[in-house]
Amino acid sequence: MIRAENVSKYFGAKRALGPVSFEIEEGETVGFLGLNGAGKTTALRIFACDLRPSSGTVSVGAIDAVRNPHEVRKLVGFLPENPPLYADMQVSEYLAFAGRLRGLSASQLKKRLPDVIEATNLGGVQNDLILTLSHGFRQRVGVAQAIVHEPKLLILDEPTRGLDPVQIVEMRNLVRNLKKAHTVLISSHILTEISETCDRILMLGEGEIIASGTEESLLSKVEPDVATGTWRIGVAVVPKADGDPYREPVVKNLLSGLPGITEVVDAGREDNAQCFEVLADRDIRAELCRALIEAGHGVVRLGGSARKLENIFLKLVQGGDRARN
Amino acid sequence: MRAISIIFRRELAAYLRSPVGYVIAALLLLVCGILFQAKALGEGKLLSATVLQRFFEFSSGTTVVMAIALSIRLVAEERQTHTMILLNTSPVRDAEIIIGKFLAAFVFLCGIVVLSLYMPLLIQVNGKITTSQVVVGYIGLFLIGGASLAIGIFASSLARHQLVAAALGAALAGIMYLLYELAKKLPAPLSTVLKDLGLWNAHFQTSFMQGVFSLKDVVYYGAVTYFFLLLAIKTLEAKRWQ
Repeated sequence: MIRAENVSKYFGAKRALGPVSFEIEEGETVGFLGLNGAGKTTALRIFACDLRPSSGTVSVGAIDAVRNPHEVRKLVGFLPENPPLYADMQVSEYLAFAGRLRGLSASQLKKRLPDVIEATNLGGVQNDLILTLSHGFRQRVGVAQAIVHEPKLLILDEPTRGLDPVQIVEMRNLVRNLKKAHTVLISSHILTEISETCDRILMLGEGEIIASGTEESLLSKVEPDVATGTWRIGVAVVPKADGDPYREPVVKNLLSGLPGITEVVDAGREDNAQCFEVLADRDIRAELCRALIEAGHGVVRLGGSARKLENIFLKLVQGGDRARN
Repeated sequence: MRAISIIFRRELAAYLRSPVGYVIAALLLLVCGILFQAKALGEGKLLSATVLQRFFEFSSGTTVVMAIALSIRLVAEERQTHTMILLNTSPVRDAEIIIGKFLAAFVFLCGIVVLSLYMPLLIQVNGKITTSQVVVGYIGLFLIGGASLAIGIFASSLARHQLVAAALGAALAGIMYLLYELAKKLPAPLSTVLKDLGLWNAHFQTSFMQGVFSLKDVVYYGAVTYFFLLLAIKTLEAKRWQ
């Protein structure tokens, strides 16, 4: 669907992106992940034919975006960071305007508008002025204008920006539904957003792609033990109070003796609890908890690995920084 | 052509919905009314044709000011409110965007200018004027208004903020007006060229204002309009896909 070869973008002398090369297949949902200023928005604006690349070639649906931007624009629906809304228009009037701009005829609009309004759940506000809408509804209208002409490629730049938790869940569900009919590109620096909606991740750092792949394949690059099936379990234990102040070796020995555990590492203190990081060949959290309680110890925290994507992101970004330094 | 019509309808609706359009129209009619009373009716007994000439004299000024005021929002506001990206990422050509916007502003401007028709009719009550003088005068107002709108749209296409666009538009229109005054200080043939380039004296004062229809002046206003619209299109092109 998208083929980018050595694409770069300069604003004056400042490099905003590239050179980057990658391909995105039809039907994929790809997340652009990166810190602010990493080049996510620049990349998306190039694919939406809003920005012309300084060098390199971009094709969308086998059409050269530099030579035929108009043809590419017909294939793309774009929700920028700030939804392009005319405050003085009613929702349905605005969507009709956006549809007509993208080439829909009056009869096509008549059929298409109710579907778009239903898909984005705008039925209750379709006759309201955009000026009067809440931020969440405005964001939905932004998505609706991007899909009104049934584009093959849907580009969403920070679709959950500024939304409250309920609206974020609604937007996530909306994006999941849109995945069925479109190739979707989403940019975000919210890791769960990308983790829960995308098939593949492109991580950008200072204008360059620092990693690409599924969440699992990226994890295998930075934490091979977790990716190969090893479980990393964090546990905080209050040792049994029996007058002996040096109970940690007892707890550690107990943990080390449990079947399935390959390594136990001291992880310091947390108030009056002793913390351990346990590596196991399977998920043994239930057995571990039972063994500690039966031995008379208290368990105040027990968890699996820390957020996977967060780990990947931090390690790759920090790795990139170290490499550059 | 289809895109021009879509953008034309959107912009015209925006003028009709926005209080700004009505405020500008009300101000124009108020100022015209005051000037009509002070300059045309309030200076003793005059020939009806002279009163009508004076009406078209100050009306041309208010029309230019209104045209600049109406046009500054056309592109700069889209940039300010981040809606330009909708047009930029749609399969619409830059010329279609500019022409659609220009036509909407022109129709709105003509509508407001026509509302001042009651003043020539008032002259008719106590005097005698010819329909042709009124019609030719109004054609002149439409033409100078269209040229000023084109100047304003060009200024708007250059700026990111409407205030900057307003200042640029006013400066450009002012320069176009003052070319004639500047030409008086310069030797021929430069003075002849500059006099002919001036927006008002050589093309409105000596023809439309007197009730004289001049094809040469129609061509001049058409050329000024075309030139500034072309500049606006090229500016948009340069800023849109860069």
